[in-house]
Amino acid sequence: MEAPELLSLNKFNVDEQEPHIVIDQEICITCGKKPCLYICPARLYRLDKNEQISFDYAGCLECGTCRVLCQKKGILKWVYPRGTFGISFRYG
Amino acid sequence: MSEDEKFDAIIIGAGPAGSACAYTLAKDGKEVLVIEKGDTPGSKNLTGGRFYTYALEMLDADLLKEAALERKVTHEQLMMLSGDRGITIDYYDPSFNQKGHTPVSYTILRASFDEWLAGKAEEMGAVVVCGVKVDGLIEKDGMIVGVIAGEDEMYADVVIAADGVNSLIAQHAGLINDIESHTVGVGIKEVIELSGKTIEERFNLKPGEGAARMILGCTDGIHGGGFLYTNQESISLGCVLMPEEAAERKISVHEVLQNLKMHPAVYPLLEGGHTVEYGAHLVSEAGFRGIPKKLYRDGFIIIGDAAGLVINTGYSIRGIDLAIVSGIAAANAVIRANDTASVGPAYITELENLKLIPTMKATDGFFEILETPWLYDKLPNLGADICAYLYREDGELPGSIKKDILKLVKANGLSVFQLAKFGLKGVRSL
Repeated sequence: MEAPELLSLNKFNVDEQEPHIVIDQEICITCGKKPCLYICPARLYRLDKNEQISFDYAGCLECGTCRVLCQKKGILKWVYPRGTFGISFRYG
Repeated sequence: MSEDEKFDAIIIGAGPAGSACAYTLAKDGKEVLVIEKGDTPGSKNLTGGRFYTYALEMLDADLLKEAALERKVTHEQLMMLSGDRGITIDYYDPSFNQKGHTPVSYTILRASFDEWLAGKAEEMGAVVVCGVKVDGLIEKDGMIVGVIAGEDEMYADVVIAADGVNSLIAQHAGLINDIESHTVGVGIKEVIELSGKTIEERFNLKPGEGAARMILGCTDGIHGGGFLYTNQESISLGCVLMPEEAAERKISVHEVLQNLKMHPAVYPLLEGGHTVEYGAHLVSEAGFRGIPKKLYRDGFIIIGDAAGLVINTGYSIRGIDLAIVSGIAAANAVIRANDTASVGPAYITELENLKLIPTMKATDGFFEILETPWLYDKLPNLGADICAYLYREDGELPGSIKKDILKLVKANGLSVFQLAKFGLKGVRSL
């Protein structure tokens, strides 16, 4: 199954006002390895046509792997979503 | 809230560590506030998973009877995959399901378990507030005196961080640094719904019995492995692998799990099932050496995953039980200490008394053993090659088994010397 299909099975309450992860595309474009493309289980980091990293925080499983692996500190902000927002595991 | 009306303890996170701590404190009459960022306790938490029962009995002997658990693990399995081939070893022990005996472990899903345990802490008198995220700590004269959540400030004699592996709170308090990438695995899991009857047929289980399976050779050679746990009406299938190696080799961790799911030796177990959830979580892999140098500051202690209390031996992964034990240790420390300053040292003493730190120390050697790269591809491949050799008959005169197997060892890029050295290293480090 593709990642978007898997994510569609989950219960999310997306915080439209406040993204909990913010990246700086200008920094990310200078990153050679771009680990985020491979290590995000939700595959939310993608390379767009201009070779820039595009990222959508909706669908984030909040595992924190990108925060740990980010090489060039292109992730400017990584916090858990505000209370009640984000993923709600129904099974866990 | 003012500083005058403070709690005896504020616990951040209503996972097993936080709730066990709250339960013990509230039972002793302490005023406890538990703050959970999820909608309900457990809604942010993920396990493989399995739970070792001794920890719940340590918390309270009566709890196990009514705990929200899945199946008693009676089948301990190890699977090795290579290409489309698979070897499964199944250890069946009916004594794990004997009347009057406590099963060693149960399969478990966290949303129901964590909510149940937090409910028990509430019954004891703890206040559990959900849907509130702690943003930071309040410090006064070098001491942690409370927490900030949005515009609210709350105060307590001691703040206990039980906020999990990615503990931003422990980092805020200066007890841990940024997580080093080689010390964590990423765990990914699908919960696949299947009827209990189908699960029992496919895994040869009696009602209530369950299987726990570790899978080697399913990670494209990346340090890690797969797991499969049978729940009452679902199967948890997943893998844990080192994200650093996945990135290095440009392999998507998402695909590793999808490939495992579709493996011809695995898929028939899941066929007809429906995936109902997809989750991911970090897993601390460093064991004893991953425990922060300091687990406390004045007015502040860290417990559970936040304190790195996870054991991975390769054949079992323990975290929930250790979380509960550390929660009990923290509560005992708060109850027994005469003043805030002595809580931290008392906590360390309790961790020793409850054998938690010694247990982690005793299993430290597994970290190096599991760093052996050929465990994850060459070994399962060699195993499959040896099976193929032994089970294949063509009517010809058999050769020397010893010589033929040595050839297979060599063909897999291994040597007897290497295997012997590994064995020796294993004996020495354990």
